[in-house]
This record gives sequence, structure tokens and C-alpha cells, in this order.
Amino acid sequence: MGDTKQDEVSNSQEDIFDNDSSRDFSAVKSINLVAAAPMQTLQEQMGGRPKSAQSDHEIDASKDCENLFRNLNNAKRFAIDIGGSLTKIAYYSTVSHRRIKSASRGSPGPGPTFSNANDFEYEMWEGARLHFIKFETTFIEECLDFIQKNLAPNIEGKDSGASGKFIKATGGGSYKYSSLIQEKLGLSVEKEDEISCLIKGANFLLKNVPDEAFVFDRKESPQYKFLSAGPVVFPYLLVNIGSGVSILKVVSEDKYERIGGTATGGGTFWGLGSLLTGGTVKEFDELLKMAEKGDHRHVDMLVRDIYAGDYAKLGLPGDVIASSFGKAASHSPSDFNKNDVIRSLLFTIANDIGQIACLYAMQHQLKRVYFGGYFLRNHPLSMHAVSYAIKYWSRGSVEALFLRHEGYLGAIGAFLKGTEELDTDKYSWQENFAGSSSGHLPVTDSFTDMESENIQENESKFSGEKEPGKLLLRKRSIDFRQINFEQLEIDRMERPFGFFPLLDVNQKYYPDTVDLTTDGIAREYWLNCFEGWVERITTLAMESQPDSPTSTDRALRCRRKLNARLKYLKTNPCAYGLLTVRSLLDTFEQSLREYDFPDPYWKQKRTENAAALLELPKRLAYLDKLDWKSRQSDLIWGVLAGNVFDWGAKEVRNLLEGPDQFGFNEAMAKLQQRPWLVDALDDWIQRLKDPDMVHKCAAIFVDNSGFDFIVGILPLVREFLARGTKVILCTNSTPAVNDMTYGEMVSLLREASKHHKWLETGLRDGFLKLAATGQGSPCLDLSRVSQDLINMVTQMGTDLVIIEGMGRAIHTNLYAKMKSEVIKLAVIKNKWLAQRLGGEVFSVIFSYER
Amino acid sequence: MSCNGNSNHEHPPLPEWNSLNYPELPPMPWFGLDIGGSLAKLVYFEPTDNTESEETEVETLKNIRKYLKNNRSYGDTGHRDVHLQMDSVLIGGRKGSLHFIRFPTSEMALFIELAKSKGMATLASTVCATGGGAYKFEKQFFKELHMRLHKFDELESLIRGIEFMEANSPTECYYLENPKSDTAEKICYDFSDPYPFMVVNIGSGVSILKVTAPGEFTRVSGTRCDCNYLADLGGGTFLGLCCLLTGCASFEEALELASQGDSTKVDKLVKDIYGGGYEKFNLDGNLVAASFGQMISTDRRAKVKREDLARATLVTITNNIASIARMCALNEKISRVVFLGNFLRSNMISQKLLSYGMEYWSKGALRALFLEHEGYFGCVGCLLELITQREDYILQENLKNNLLNGAATVNGTTPPPPTEVSGTPNPPEMRNGSS
Repeated sequence: MGDTKQDEVSNSQEDIFDNDSSRDFSAVKSINLVAAAPMQTLQEQMGGRPKSAQSDHEIDASKDCENLFRNLNNAKRFAIDIGGSLTKIAYYSTVSHRRIKSASRGSPGPGPTFSNANDFEYEMWEGARLHFIKFETTFIEECLDFIQKNLAPNIEGKDSGASGKFIKATGGGSYKYSSLIQEKLGLSVEKEDEISCLIKGANFLLKNVPDEAFVFDRKESPQYKFLSAGPVVFPYLLVNIGSGVSILKVVSEDKYERIGGTATGGGTFWGLGSLLTGGTVKEFDELLKMAEKGDHRHVDMLVRDIYAGDYAKLGLPGDVIASSFGKAASHSPSDFNKNDVIRSLLFTIANDIGQIACLYAMQHQLKRVYFGGYFLRNHPLSMHAVSYAIKYWSRGSVEALFLRHEGYLGAIGAFLKGTEELDTDKYSWQENFAGSSSGHLPVTDSFTDMESENIQENESKFSGEKEPGKLLLRKRSIDFRQINFEQLEIDRMERPFGFFPLLDVNQKYYPDTVDLTTDGIAREYWLNCFEGWVERITTLAMESQPDSPTSTDRALRCRRKLNARLKYLKTNPCAYGLLTVRSLLDTFEQSLREYDFPDPYWKQKRTENAAALLELPKRLAYLDKLDWKSRQSDLIWGVLAGNVFDWGAKEVRNLLEGPDQFGFNEAMAKLQQRPWLVDALDDWIQRLKDPDMVHKCAAIFVDNSGFDFIVGILPLVREFLARGTKVILCTNSTPAVNDMTYGEMVSLLREASKHHKWLETGLRDGFLKLAATGQGSPCLDLSRVSQDLINMVTQMGTDLVIIEGMGRAIHTNLYAKMKSEVIKLAVIKNKWLAQRLGGEVFSVIFSYER
Repeated sequence: MSCNGNSNHEHPPLPEWNSLNYPELPPMPWFGLDIGGSLAKLVYFEPTDNTESEETEVETLKNIRKYLKNNRSYGDTGHRDVHLQMDSVLIGGRKGSLHFIRFPTSEMALFIELAKSKGMATLASTVCATGGGAYKFEKQFFKELHMRLHKFDELESLIRGIEFMEANSPTECYYLENPKSDTAEKICYDFSDPYPFMVVNIGSGVSILKVTAPGEFTRVSGTRCDCNYLADLGGGTFLGLCCLLTGCASFEEALELASQGDSTKVDKLVKDIYGGGYEKFNLDGNLVAASFGQMISTDRRAKVKREDLARATLVTITNNIASIARMCALNEKISRVVFLGNFLRSNMISQKLLSYGMEYWSKGALRALFLEHEGYFGCVGCLLELITQREDYILQENLKNNLLNGAATVNGTTPPPPTEVSGTPNPPEMRNGSS
């Protein structure tokens, strides 16, 4: 009832802490010593600097830890959630990234040559990031020491007014460790109520991480089904299973109510489990492992035990538990296998919680019930038991939902409590795949071997990265124990996000066309495909910074990271939430940025833009000679030909890098002849014929820079403007492959308008608007577009949406329904995908819905 | 609704009866049997208005009567609850006493052997039975005792039993006043206008029913209705866990241990966490926050007594049942909740906890009611069913005879062909037409 992780701090745990404390000091050193090892290996593997002498271990270690407690020296605000077994530290930090200062692209006139293609400037861009680190509470002192060492001078040196001198703390251990924190960090500890932190954390995640929630079904493949978050988060039920269970009804951002609970929770499982094993098993996780091996049917009285063979005839499910522990009555404890007993205990408690939660959900007519807390910790067997109970008791009318980052709720909430001045509410946030470890969702066929220890272990060796990192070893009295760090990073977006206003609200919006967690064939193809791309993109990244002494090193590290990630995803497709072509592309982009390769395609883009700008007048002149109908048709052909110029597609790269010249006309010739794979061109031209229904405003989501944007899209824009249709050109905020970015577009159009009167007029009079989507992906998630774009689309009365390119119109949004007219067009430059859709490479999709 | 469906067609027709004076009644002896997951409950009707013809009743019948009446326990594990005996009860026009007997379901083989030794097999009788065991032991009953188990729906017999007992025993229903204090007092509750009420039957598992009118009921707990077990944390769980934790051997022993224990040595209370109440949520410091929550500590485990563990188990199970019952009552908008089942037998601790829990959490809106005959309603329902079955059988036989004799159609229509005996009562007009 009054659950909370508070009580996780058991007395038995305390004993361990107390006994240990004498060793803690020496332990710090051993951390550093051991932690140094992977770093050296990494350097050797990369052929980097020769390994330094023993005395440098300290430095290496801290460097390595810095990878873990990243951006610690910029940390501005701390929060901590100390549970009995796990501690989560949260901090806010700024991250500086280089990015190309596109607006400064002042070289006169179009057509810079290759020789001066490198004359661009970087600007430093400071973003905000939330870091969350999770580790075992046993190591809290070491971690605090580490933070102190890296942070304390900064705090003292800096003006402490804004950064504050307090740390928000929650969790049962916040009482116990309060003085330790104060002493180590010199920050005063402000305790926050656990439940309100949990709810704040849950709200934050549900709003900002689109695939945060999932359904678990062990009979399905995959067992995890991620749910796309809709625009409506509230109301929901949060069942927090700590020592006891609290059931909370959350109706808005800051309004919630504890509507009930039960005293049979994690503490009951742990306490009874310890008793039933005769005190031989003390750890919660050990009990869970036992439960995985057991068979509750030897202990529970099932329907079949009461009815013998007749239950089926009666329509009764024989395996349903009629009485938990019923078979143990009048038996001696030694008659039972301990694993069976513990499994029965787990089911009993989960079943009980499920039933009570279900009754509350039905009473309050809530369909969304999220489960979290210490007892679950996203443990598959527990999730299964709770899901089963909910399904059983509600007959499927209530669904048990779990959260990927369930373990971080308290820390996130505690952090947010102290950060009003950071305006976290006003911004949108995005999970950083590059910096986060997996959501710890193991995928296995059976419940044994759950932790995929071997895979992770091998991977750590292979990659030198932490995935999830098992870095620090510490010698305990008898055995070695590894600190298991997990981390979550959430980036603040430059602008707040929202749902694209023209999405049909009556339809659920799933940005992605194919869910690679469920589609095994597609997953295999794309993971292999991306594996093939790793070397190529990292090489290109390295070449994009020829003057940097560190570019080789960074590129190789990035390569390792990406390879490790892809390898991990092959065995754990659900590890990072929804797996889609989009999430893979985003992972690549984020990783490149993380290793300081802000825009590897900058050179290509620039070269191609210059060439395309030369081509544009010819193209416009050609179109002007055509009659109206041919021109409408040719404009679309032009966009499609432009869309062929995609450096992300292997088939195209081969052409572009091949010996033969490949220009706009060659691209046009490559296109599939009509009828296309999807061909609504006639409908579209028919629509344009109606003189009374000129579109008010078209929002065009463009794809690649260069020929695509300049020779393909711009003539179409001119045509719209000439008809009296306003245009919003929507581009990425940050670079992704050779896609057009907002910054580039602004300077490019400024440049081009010197030579194209219509452009100048359009921009000047506000008929042509430029917008940044807020995204940095080759795909498009219309549930998260920038508020600026939303406002613009609404204000200009947009009644036509055009989405261009494979990433935006096929990998995503292919099935998206709009309230307005919508065109989705793309050239399929991938042979496998084309064949899957029933065509050949360079097939065309042109769909038009009104 | 009925879970036993139409399984009757698999059985041979009922044997001829031998009581000519009461052709509408089944032959003696009259039993009702409820074979649950842990306990089998038996009710025996002893006629006290013996007529002349019955004076000459077969020796076997006499022996059985004497044996049952003159003993309080049968074998090692069978017991007759003398304090529950009901005299001068009218059933099927006969007056007599009801005797209540229970024995563990696990001892069924012994029971059958005993019954055989008393000559039951020579009587070739039929017994109405319910509970899962009615299915499980059906073959053995027939093989060893030549006794046919006419299976009657568990919940229907339960409700029927409750209604009958309530009508025949004015002090059947009671509640507890001041359940928290030592002076908790049983107060008789007038159950003459009970509808609607909820029944929470705590046997090995728990089933919950909503009764809206005489004989009308639905299963409760969400929308499930395919199973009689609506919560798996029941008496079986208590005893099972207690056996594992304390090594006790029986329900009685477990209860005895519990009565001497202190659950706060085992459970973690709100005040153990917060030092007092959890004011933010208005939770009293003495509430249990986590059942068995203290037992994660090695020290505490070393100090704990068997009695404390038994008490904590009892409290945990009972509180849980109270929560579920309370939520069901709220969802169904019912304020009277009747708890019964053998879990409550001489179990004042649970009765107090249930009373307090219902009242406290509902702020007085809900009341826990109890019935004196705790776990015997199912078998009483079966006994009544046996009589009704017989009446129905006669009615149908008469109807068949009428038809065979070329009797006219009833109410101008041809009555449907007589069905085999089933639990479904005949339409009233048919009764009229055949009388």
C-alpha cells in the first residue's frame, strides 16, 4: 500500500553496505585499474598511440569513465534516485557539436569548384542533454567519488547561482545516503516524494519518446510490441509495484490520485521467497532466476486437479490456477522443489496485482494501464505473469503496458522537479540512440538464459563500447563482481514538437511502414544492408575532415559502434524500442554527430548544388516551351528524376561514382515508364485542371539537395506560385545523408533568387515560405514536427501536402492519412524494396489522395 | 450459466424407487455432497417423522443412520459439526434433522471404503453432488458404491443452500460489531430482504457471485464467467503457504498458530517506512505496506516465530480477499457482502479482518456479513436438488404416462416430448396440464 522503493533498502542490504564500507576506498583504485583495460585494447585494435605506462592508468580510466558519465564537466543540475538495489543518477548537461555554418556560405556566385569545396566554417552549437546513469547501489560511493573528482572543481569555479547547490533525491536510499551525498558533492539534498517523481517521469517519457510503451506477450514473436504514442497521453493508470503496490490515476500533467493499492508486492515476493528458500536465497534477482526454472503446476492447485479429466468437457481451462499453493496444503516443505515454489509465488503475486489493477481500471474506465516499479523491472517472466493476469481478468478489455525506460522514471521525475528554470516543459526531447544503452529488453525463446550474458560480453570485447557496458570490475571478498552500467541520454530539441496538424486525427498515426521487429525478412535484409553501409559512411565521414588529426580515430570508433549496434540488434531487435528503417537511419545520423561528423556529405551536396544551379535555367526554359498539360506531367517527371540523386542508395552511388557521366537526363532515362507502380498522375493533372479550386497552400517535404531540390522541386514550386498556390518548403533541421537542410536551403535560395526573379518575389512577398521540420533524419515522423512548421501550415491554410522521397514517403508515411490532399512520390532506388513492392529498381510511386 | 451442462444423457436413467408412500420423493438416505478442492462437505437428512412403512426400512439404512448420528468423527479425518446440526427441518414434506459432516478431499478413497463397509453399495442410490470432485470421483462412486452422482452446478447449489438455510435458521446471518477491538461481537443480521447481495465463497480458491433475486445470480469479477474460481488466493493458499512456512499439518493447526502470532513482526507497515502515516496519500501508519516485507532481512528472519508467519499468511490472504471483494462490490454497486466458505470456519481473525477491511476502505458503505454454516451451503443445495429432481422426474413420468394413455394435448398444443431428467425446471403450464 504505502509501497515505494523506500523499503527496498532492506536490512540485509544494509548489512552488506556496512560490512563493505571498509573496503570501499581501496575498491576505487581497483576500478580504475581494471577499467583501463578495455581502453587499451581499443587503442591497440585501432593501431592508435602506443599504450602508455602504468602510471597513466588513472588518466585512461577517467577518460573511459568519461565516456560513461558523459559531459560530466558541463553538468548543471543533478538528481538521484536511490533504490535498494539500483541507483539512478540524472544530470543536465550541455553538449557542444560542431556544425557547418551554412549561412556563411558567402562564396560569390554558384559553382565553387572541388578545390575550394572545403572552405566552409564550423560553428559551435550548444545543445542540451539529459543524462541518466543506472548502476547498482552497492557502488554508489565509487560513483559519487567519480562525480566529485570530475565535477567539484567546476562547481566551485563557476558562479553557482544559476546551477544551484542542491541535488534532488528520491527513492528509499535518499534518506540513508543523504549525508554521504552532501559530503561527497557538497550539494544539499532535497528529497522529493517518490510517487510524484514517478508520475512526472512517466509523463515526460510518454510525451517525448514515441515508442516508450509496449505490450508484452511471450507467445508472440517478437514478444515486445511497441505502441505508437498518440497525441493524448491522459488519463492513464500507473501501477507501481514496489515493496507494496500503489495504483495511481493520472489525469493530467500535474494531477493524479492514489486510488488504491495492495500490500502484496515486490516486498512480499522477496520476503516470502527468502522464507520459502529457507533463507538460502537472499537476493531478489536470484529468486527471479529460480522462478524461471520452476514449474508452478507442482505447487498450485489447478482446475484440472479439482475436476480431473472432465474440465475440457465443461469448457473450463484446465491450466487455470484454482488455488495458489493449494497442493502444498498438508505437505511437508521438503516435498517440493524450491524453484517450483518460487515460480508459484511469483505467479500468485503477479496474478493478484493483475486482478486488483484490473478491477481499478474497470472501475475508473481506464484502458491504458502502465506497470512499473521494482518488482517488474521489465523482467520477462514478471511481465508475462502480470500481462496474463490482466488479460484473464479483463477478458482483453484492459491491456497491460510497460515502459522501456521504466527504471528511470523516478530519476527523471526528481530531476524535472528541480529544473523549472530549464523550461523542460516548453521543449521537446528525443532519445539519443547513439548514447543510450538498450532499453534492457531481452528477447529469448525461453525464460532461461534471459540476460544474454554471452552476447553482451562478446560485444563489449568486440566493440570496446558499452552496450550495456560492463566496464568496471571490483574485487569483492571472494568473487569478482561487475558493475552493470546502463545509460539513457535524451537530447533537447531546438524547437518544441507537435503533431502535424493535417494528420487525420481519426486514424492512428504510425510513421513507419514496416515494423522490423515483427517482419523478420525485412529485418534481416535491412540490418545486412546497413551493415554494408557502415564502412562506406564512416570512410566518407573521415574523408570529409581531411585536415583533422583525429578524424581517422573518430571514424573508426564510430564504425565499431555502429557495427556493434547492428550486431546486437540482430539478436535483440527490440532492444532499442521500435526497430524500423527510420530508427536505423536515425541511429547512423546520431552516431555520426556524436563522433563529430556533423555533415559528411557536405562536399557532395555542395558540388551537386552548384552543378544543379547551372542546370536550373535550362530546365525552366524547357518547361516553358511545353503546353500546360505536358508541363504538369513533366514537372512530376522532373521531381522523380531529381529524386534519383540519393547518395544513401547503393544503386545510385554506383551510378554516380561510375565511369559514365550521370546527370539529370540520365536519371530521367532510368525511371520506370508509365504506368508506374503506383500511378495517380492522371488524377492529379485532372485535379489541377479545375480553375475554381486552386490550392491555397502546398507544404512540400523535400528530400535530397542538389538536382533533386533544385532541378526537380524548384520548377514545381514556380508552377505553384504562378497558379497562386503558396508554398512551404519543409526541410530537415540537421543534416542526414545528402538531404537538404534548412540552413542550406536558406542560403541556396538567397543565392538563387539573385538569378531567378520569381524566387525573389515569392520569398519577399511571403508566398514562398521556408520551414525546418525539426528533424535530422532521411525519414519523417509527422507526430514530431517543429511547432514553427505547425504554426506556418495552419496559418497559411495548407490544403495540399507533398511528401517526397523513399525515406519520407515509403519507409515512413506510406499509409499516413491526411485531412488534406496529399501526394506521396518517390523513386525506389533499392532493388530489394522495389521487388518487395512488386517492381524493379527505379520504380516510381506517385500516389495522390484527396 | 450452469457449468455442468447437459451431462445427464450419459447416465443411465434413475433406478426405480422403493418408497411407495412418497412416490414424488427419492429413496432414503438423503445426502447432499460438495467435493471441493480441499474439503468434501456432506449433509445428511435424518427423518424424524418416521412412518410405519419406514419402520421396516432396510437394515442397511438403519445402520447408516445410527453410524452417522452416534459418531462425531469418522475415521481419522472425518468430522461432524455437531454445533451446526439443524433439527425439525422440513424438506420435501418430510421433517428431520440436518447433519453436517466434512472430510478432506484427499481422503476420498477412505470415505468410499467406509461407505462401502456400511453397505451403501446395496442401496443403489443417487446422490446430488457438486464441486470439482463430483467429476473427479464420479467413476469411483459408481464402481465402489453403485452410487450415481447427479452433478449439480456449484454456484446454483450454493445459492440454493444459502436461501434455504437463511429461511430455516433465523440466526444464520450475522455481522461483527467493533471488529477491530477485542470486544468484537456477533450481531444477528436480518437477512429477510437481502437482495441484491454479493457472495464471496472462500474455499480453496475464491468465487464471487452477485445475487439479485431468489435463484438469480451472476458471477462477478470483471466479465469472466467461464470459471468458478475468481481469485486464486484462497483458503488453499493460506494452508499451502502455512504448511511450507511453518511445517504445520492441518488448517486447524495453522489457525491455532496464527492466533498466537504477530504479523507486524513479518509485514512491513507504512510506519516502518515513513515513521508514521504517509500523509500525502492519507495512509495510516499501521497499514500494511508490504506483506512479508520485513522478511527480506536475515536478522528478522532469524527472529521470527512460526506463529508470526502463520498470522502474517492469514492476514495477507484475508486482506487480499477483502480488497478484491470490496472492488467487486463497488463495481457492482452492492453494499451487502456475504462471506462464506470453509476458510472462515472457526476463523475469527479473518472474519474480523474482513469486517474491518470492508468497512474501513469503503468508509462504512460496505458491510461484511457471515453465515453460521460457513462451508455447507453447496451440499445443502445439492440435497434440495435431489428432492426437486425427483419431483421433476415424477412430473415427467406422469406426463409420459398421460401421453401414452392417449391423453389430450395440454393447452391445445402438443407438449414437447419429455426430456430426460435435467436441472431445468419445466414450464409452469406443463405442470398444471399434467396434474
